Amino acid sequence: MTRADVRQTQPTWEREKVEMEVRPTKVGVLSCSGESEAEGTIARNAVRLVMEKYRPGIVVSLCLPLYLAGDSGERDFARKVPVIAVDGCEKACSRLATEKYSGEVESCLNIRDLIEQWGVTETLSRSHPGKLEDELTERVAREIVKLVDLLVEEGKVQVENR
Amino acid sequence: MHNEKVYIIPCSGIGKATASVGRGATYKVIEDMRPETADTLCLSLLTMGDEEAALKVRGNKVITIEGCAKDCARKNVEASGRSPDISHRVHDFLKEHRDLKPETVLDVGKGGRKLTELIAEQIADEVDDLMGKT
Repeated sequence: MTRADVRQTQPTWEREKVEMEVRPTKVGVLSCSGESEAEGTIARNAVRLVMEKYRPGIVVSLCLPLYLAGDSGERDFARKVPVIAVDGCEKACSRLATEKYSGEVESCLNIRDLIEQWGVTETLSRSHPGKLEDELTERVAREIVKLVDLLVEEGKVQVENR
Repeated sequence: MHNEKVYIIPCSGIGKATASVGRGATYKVIEDMRPETADTLCLSLLTMGDEEAALKVRGNKVITIEGCAKDCARKNVEASGRSPDISHRVHDFLKEHRDLKPETVLDVGKGGRKLTELIAEQIADEVDDLMGKT
């Protein structure tokens, strides 16, 4: 008997209960570590902004190197919550590491591509973010928020009181 | 024969202010204090098994700095085929300077900045030692 067959034998209220129980209540947003690139600093700071300022209580994150250094709890990350990967560059460590160690990502952002689309040509600092880097961090955070809200609208995440 | 560089690799700690201190100390050393002899690389590249990053780690000296006890930087370096020459935890410095507790991930505050400087000064000396300059 397949999982679908089992579901067909369940009363409607029970199916709805199961769906409610299994729907995650958080969105995972995973930044690349990006210590050697300015876009990595923007990625990390943008994720923190989303967690602290724009969508507190909804977004959870994980230190990416924990996929290797941690245990099965960390590797279950993408199986427990839908994941948005935020990568600083085309190497896409966040997306690829999630796919390698944990599971599929729901969506991803490449900050270098975004910055190019926005027409920014100035050299950015990885260590001393100034006004421009702060503005870009805010813009990236708002892009992440759009993806978080989309997951909520699509019903992939159960969020109360919103 | 001297090694080409000392790679200082902080953990990428997204959730702890101590990780921000570790990254700050790294940048201070590689950009301001020892730009000729010290560098960093993205820890997530090692997590991904990137061969170019692993070659840098295996062919040079390495100092890791951890923001918490999970020791991600050290463990990811070890997974690439060698142990770091020196491993630090920011908490060990904090134990000696309890008044310099960093505030938040995005802004470590005055105490956190002072702690960053202290760690950077020690690591700069270690870079010199590893490069055989003392």
